Amino acid sequence: MEYSLLILITPFVLFLFLGLVGGKLKPKSAGIIGTLGMTLCAALSYTVAYQYFFGIGKTSGAWSSIIPFNFEWLRFTDLLHIDIGILLDPISVMMLVVITTVSLMVHIYSLGYMHGESGFQRYYALLSLFSFSMLGLVIATNIFQMYIFWELVGVSSYSLIGFYYQRPSAVSASKKAFIVTRFADLGFLVGILILSYYTGTFDFAALTASNAELVTTSLAGGTFLGLSLATWALALIFMGGAGKSAMFPLHIWLPDAMEGPTPVSALIHAATMVVAGVYLVARLFPVYFFAAPDVLEMIAWVGTFTALFAAIIAITQTDIKRVLAFSTISQIAYMMVALGVSDYGGHDGLGYMSSMFHLFTHAFFKALLFLGAGSVIHAVHSNEMGAMGGLHKYMKITSWTFLIACLAIAGIPPFSGFFSKDEILSAAFHNQPVIFWTLWIVAGMTAFYMFRLYFRIFWNGKREYKGLHKPQESPFSMVMPLVLLAIFSIGTGFIHFADFISSDNMPFHTHIDWKGVAPLSIAVALAGIGTAYAFYFRESRKSSVIAGKMGIFYRCVLHKFYIDEVWMWITRTIIFRYICDSIKWFDRHIIDGAMDGISWTVQKASTSIRGLQSGYVRFYVYVFVAGTLIIAAIALFA
Amino acid sequence: MIRIEYYLIVSTLMFFIGIFGFITRKNMIAILISLELVLNAVEINFAAFNRYLFPERLEGMFFTLFGIAITAAETAVALAIIINAYRSIGNININNLTKMRG
Amino acid sequence: MNPIINLIIFALLGVAMLALSVMAITTKSLLRSATYLLFVLLCTAGFYLFLNYHFLAAVQVSVYAGGVVILFVFAIFLTTDKDEARIKGDIRRYIYGATTILAGIVLTAFIILKREYLYSDNKSMLGDKEIPIQQIGQALMGTDKYQYLLPFEILSILLLACIIGGLLIARKK
Repeated sequence: MEYSLLILITPFVLFLFLGLVGGKLKPKSAGIIGTLGMTLCAALSYTVAYQYFFGIGKTSGAWSSIIPFNFEWLRFTDLLHIDIGILLDPISVMMLVVITTVSLMVHIYSLGYMHGESGFQRYYALLSLFSFSMLGLVIATNIFQMYIFWELVGVSSYSLIGFYYQRPSAVSASKKAFIVTRFADLGFLVGILILSYYTGTFDFAALTASNAELVTTSLAGGTFLGLSLATWALALIFMGGAGKSAMFPLHIWLPDAMEGPTPVSALIHAATMVVAGVYLVARLFPVYFFAAPDVLEMIAWVGTFTALFAAIIAITQTDIKRVLAFSTISQIAYMMVALGVSDYGGHDGLGYMSSMFHLFTHAFFKALLFLGAGSVIHAVHSNEMGAMGGLHKYMKITSWTFLIACLAIAGIPPFSGFFSKDEILSAAFHNQPVIFWTLWIVAGMTAFYMFRLYFRIFWNGKREYKGLHKPQESPFSMVMPLVLLAIFSIGTGFIHFADFISSDNMPFHTHIDWKGVAPLSIAVALAGIGTAYAFYFRESRKSSVIAGKMGIFYRCVLHKFYIDEVWMWITRTIIFRYICDSIKWFDRHIIDGAMDGISWTVQKASTSIRGLQSGYVRFYVYVFVAGTLIIAAIALFA
Repeated sequence: MIRIEYYLIVSTLMFFIGIFGFITRKNMIAILISLELVLNAVEINFAAFNRYLFPERLEGMFFTLFGIAITAAETAVALAIIINAYRSIGNININNLTKMRG
Repeated sequence: MNPIINLIIFALLGVAMLALSVMAITTKSLLRSATYLLFVLLCTAGFYLFLNYHFLAAVQVSVYAGGVVILFVFAIFLTTDKDEARIKGDIRRYIYGATTILAGIVLTAFIILKREYLYSDNKSMLGDKEIPIQQIGQALMGTDKYQYLLPFEILSILLLACIIGGLLIARKK
């Protein structure tokens, strides 16, 4: 399986090639080279996945972890060393497939979507860099390698979000994304340091081995501010994950990140980077479960709240990409909740499995939604719903594929989202009723806002598009990924995921609970769709009447509960004014004062002796000889 | 009989004449000539000490030998620098060469 | 040779050497200065002959007198410009220099004359004979103790570096 290293090398070489000599290539050939490279990468991933799942992966009934390549990079102690390696186990192989597939689709799609943009070669170089970092993240053998690639993902997403760097809003959005995730990563790093300081290892295998025994024993007993050290370490690590996965209250960067090109949103904010946090928690799941179940519970509640919160906001937004952004936050929160409510082992680990399942299906239908939205934006040159409507007759394929994705995310069988969402709901049902009912409501809201989006774009009256901008179907390179992803969105739900992924790597059986959870979720989804149909299928004023009645609440939601403003207030008022200003005063007066005093003294002293450094060699010789003589005299007579 | 002190006195005087020249002259070539005097005085000392105090050994003589070679090398480089300086500032007055600029 | 005549010749050489040194650093003409230097160096070769270092004397004449002084002459030709104004000697500098070297001479003379040098006047003890060139050659090319192959090779690299450095510095841009 050594060739799996190529999965990592290919995009990196592509990045170097396109980044260094891309400018000399024609834009089109740069794009084609990037796409071909990604095709190779995807083909390799599929081969690895096939070999793993249908060949060598299973040993005595359980999925094993295979490390086909490991390179010891920095050695601190015998145990504590930073490696760069490849870890193949069910979730990493699944992620390989997801990332390379979505990335390939985005590469193909971008050939059409980004056609004629300046910086086309740079765009493909950055896409390759992003794919490289993300692939490196998922195959990390140890937490430190993961952290390295984690930061690389942050950097490459920063440059992709800020791709239109001439646009101030894009620049500030990219900065915001970078700073917020970086702030969260600080927690991640501190968590890593605590964890590795006590356990003496970075290795995932060593950390999770035999029910995370190493962590529970080595961190046992330590407490800080009333919480155990394990809780602190894992909560801090989760903070990093929450930053990347846009959990409340660190979600504020994701809606703004929609300033990037739409295919980038599909790649980064649907399928890959935002699920990194989920993947991180899943990777360390045994550690969380055995060492800090309280953190897991916290994850569940944070996820539940975020899911509800984001869904409420998504209902009111009019920018179609922002709707999708909030829907992403909500769906990622679903995955987090599933991890939070999961138990360990066998059927009890249903939450873990369903989280990964939802990650898998969500990647495809959300990428499809983003790419479909991109196709619409490409046609009407606007992000606002107000500029759309009645597009169904102009863009048949986009409309149909969008509908499939909406059905999938709403959870209508037999589309994939139904299966994964149903597993999550039943995992929550067995664990915590409050969470279950909240998620159930969120499922209804999801169906509502997705179909609000769908109807307002593609139906909702017969707008006349006059002039040059008559919308038309997108080119083949954009439609083809849509169709492929639509097929995935339908088909992936039928994979029996529990055979492949489970918390303890032992396959187990699941079944859809047709008497309990499934009808409930279908019912609420249908209710949501029905409401959306009533409000938005035809042009009507019903929705605005209701919005008017909601008054303050509606305005709150429209402004995303003023969370951005709260953060601004925290940074501006509390941090800048009270903390920074006092530090600034200290810096100006005490530290600068001391430094100025020193420099003033030195300057005075040097001015007084500057005459010695005249630059006249003869004077130096004179001083040298005189000094030598004086020293000799002292040595002789003293 | 020639005593060792005779050599030492001659070399001492020559050494300090060289230093005097170094301090007082302004022309860089003259300074270099003064430097040659200083080095020459030192080499006489090496040879004299070797012959009088350790006649069965050869270290002093070899020191002189290597000293001569190094002096030759140093002179060659120094003169190259002086010629270069002359090209850039038009004279070889050391007072005009107080800044190491290209 | 008669010791008295020896002493007289030595004294003549020493006095000539010092006088020429003084002239070399005081004359205003650089070319003369270089010529005086040449004679100083030749006198030094004479000293080496007195010390029975014939090889050293030969090296002194060939390297110094033959090489270095020629270099000086060329450098003087290349750099002296016609209107080199006589720079008025700064009297303070002369005073500084004079006091410094007087102090130095006094100090050194004090050291030299106060010491007893433990050597006999016996000529056989002084090794008053020429060192065979074969012995010098073996010492230069050997790697044992008191043999000098390594310094010799390092010196050759140094000289090479000097050639390259000299060329690089002096070449026309």
